[in-house]
Amino acid sequence: MKDTSHINPLENEAIYIFREVAAQFEKPVLLFSGGKDSITLVRLAQKAFYPAKIPFPLMHIDTGHNFPETIEFRDRLVKELGLELIVRNVQDSIDEGKVREESGKYASRNILQTTTLLDAIDEFKFDACIGGARRDEEKARAKERIFSVRDDFGQWDEKNQRPELFDMLNGEIELGQNVRVFPISNWTELDVWSYIQKEQIEIPSIYFAHTRATFLRDGLIWSADDEVVYREDDELVEERIVRFRTVGDMSCTAAVLSTASDISSVVQEIRDSSISERGARIDDKRSEAAMEKRKQQGYF
Amino acid sequence: MEVLKIATAGSVDDGKSTLIGRILYDTKSLTSDKLEAIKKTSKQKGYDYLDFSLATDGLVAEREQGITIDVAHIYFSTGNKSYIIADTPGHVEYTRNMVTGASTSQASIILIDARKGVIEQTNRHFFINNLLRVKDIVVAINKMDLVDFSEEKYNAIKKDFEALMSKRDYQDQNITFIPVSALKGDNVVNKSENTPWYNGQTLLEHLELLDSKDIFNIGTPRFPVQYVIRPKTEDFHDFRGYAGKVYGGELSVGDEVVALPSQTKSKIKSIHFYDKTYETASRRSSVTITLEDDINVSRGDMIVKTNDLPIVDKQFTATVCWMDSEKLATGGKYIVQHGVNKVLAKVDQIHHKINPDYSGIDESVDALGMNDIASVSFKLNKPVFYDAFKKHRTNGSFILIDSKSNNTVGAGFIQ
Repeated sequence: MKDTSHINPLENEAIYIFREVAAQFEKPVLLFSGGKDSITLVRLAQKAFYPAKIPFPLMHIDTGHNFPETIEFRDRLVKELGLELIVRNVQDSIDEGKVREESGKYASRNILQTTTLLDAIDEFKFDACIGGARRDEEKARAKERIFSVRDDFGQWDEKNQRPELFDMLNGEIELGQNVRVFPISNWTELDVWSYIQKEQIEIPSIYFAHTRATFLRDGLIWSADDEVVYREDDELVEERIVRFRTVGDMSCTAAVLSTASDISSVVQEIRDSSISERGARIDDKRSEAAMEKRKQQGYF
Repeated sequence: MEVLKIATAGSVDDGKSTLIGRILYDTKSLTSDKLEAIKKTSKQKGYDYLDFSLATDGLVAEREQGITIDVAHIYFSTGNKSYIIADTPGHVEYTRNMVTGASTSQASIILIDARKGVIEQTNRHFFINNLLRVKDIVVAINKMDLVDFSEEKYNAIKKDFEALMSKRDYQDQNITFIPVSALKGDNVVNKSENTPWYNGQTLLEHLELLDSKDIFNIGTPRFPVQYVIRPKTEDFHDFRGYAGKVYGGELSVGDEVVALPSQTKSKIKSIHFYDKTYETASRRSSVTITLEDDINVSRGDMIVKTNDLPIVDKQFTATVCWMDSEKLATGGKYIVQHGVNKVLAKVDQIHHKINPDYSGIDESVDALGMNDIASVSFKLNKPVFYDAFKKHRTNGSFILIDSKSNNTVGAGFIQ
């Protein structure tokens, strides 16, 4: 019998994309959030260049409102794999007066990340930023290319995108422009989870069921962390058994009730789920076109 | 799991987005929050039905105008197969969008409005799918509910379409006709009671049975080198691996190969995929290979078996689909990206253009506009290693890049 364990079409496509980035650009960077998608990207990048090291650094745009478990995980992963990590902080952009902190009930630093990201791209002269966005996540993302060109201001011109034919990726850009690259564009949430299971990839503990102090708002479950998440006095704190389906900024990522405490029960839960992944992301609920607007401004 | 990529083609209002929405709905792929959003917006717009196109039209401008502007990708899974549908809009930049969608698809769905029958656009959709040699075509005759599920009507449309088929260049294409109503759900996922005269499969039943093993990528093995891996670590001090994707056939350890353009011969020493080694690299796998001899191979070069060489030349003639508002003219210079290899190209001659209604050819052209399809000869500054598109779908195609705008302005299929 021939060994065909190397024929997963989505994995092969992603590896191909990683190699195109390394070959076509001078200063690529992998945008790392500590979430499952960017952790999957790290594994795919390892596979693309093995036995050599990943030929570009990781960069985390830290909102300062991350789950502590994510940061701990990030630092351990980088150390174990011997990767280079760049961290740029949204707090610095606030302190420098470049952005203003939102206030009120729905305050989040999610949008503020864009400024910090664009400044970091400028600082390091990155010409390709690799991200873990997937087309199945959200309808504006369904229109995204694999190599997505951003202008000098980091903006996405959604009506004037380059056609992508066969698997040929056109990485020609002018000085000052950059390309956002999405190697797992064609993966679904279930594909990512199944891959994590098959590859036995370690992920932060908050993806699994745990007991957490939480409160309810608008039908969603929020982590009761008084420093980061605004809470009204009448929003009662209760302990619940929850897990997180996406891991973003604490102030915009809600938990889901779940008893899935290991990877196989998480995969089963995703299979059976009737709510979309981003259903627990308040940042997409601001308007029907929330994601499209953020992307036009340079959000990743 | 197997992945099947499908492109859809149809004119404005033929109900493409509705069909995709219907498939998502009937396969329970629409999550309750997405469905809730569709219900809400449909109601706001005053519709008495669910407007499934809202599930796929992702841009503000699309929702405002009720049309699809750009190719969207939709994902669903049946447990048997994963599906990726490219929803390609049917107007203004139709060639660009359809060619793009079809280039990555193993199957296409062409929609026909049962009230209108075969129209000029149907001709165009079929022509492009034939030009791109898409193996499986489903002709979905839609809106059957609006013609009282008439068998006569269905048969008349089928007959008209079969007349188009007689003119096709790619004869091995499988074509299947299915009467459907995307809005009402007849024969999309569930068998309809309204078409007792139709004994065939529903659309989804048909797709489930298609062989999704990259049907378009059959030929002889071609290995374009994407990237050279030199770890220079203690454990892998002398490792020099060629990273790339295997197209057209398998490569095995011990195969006698030749590197192009240097024409240097060697043998495959090892095949790597991450930290494991393999005896054989399958088609479409992204592997790293090492050779017995220390020869000079870099990105853009190609490793092939010695007994089956591609054509190596500094010129070719190709069928070009032009996708830019600025015209392509004789003497114009572009970058040809052939796989991962880039060369400079000059337009030598435009032989003829296909008439927009596909009735014949026009030999008196000296420039191509957006959506034109034509036969064009190019001269190149360096040799490329190619096969005719008919023989090798991957190694016979290329894109054209405008070096001033950096945009992808055309696609070509080598004759």
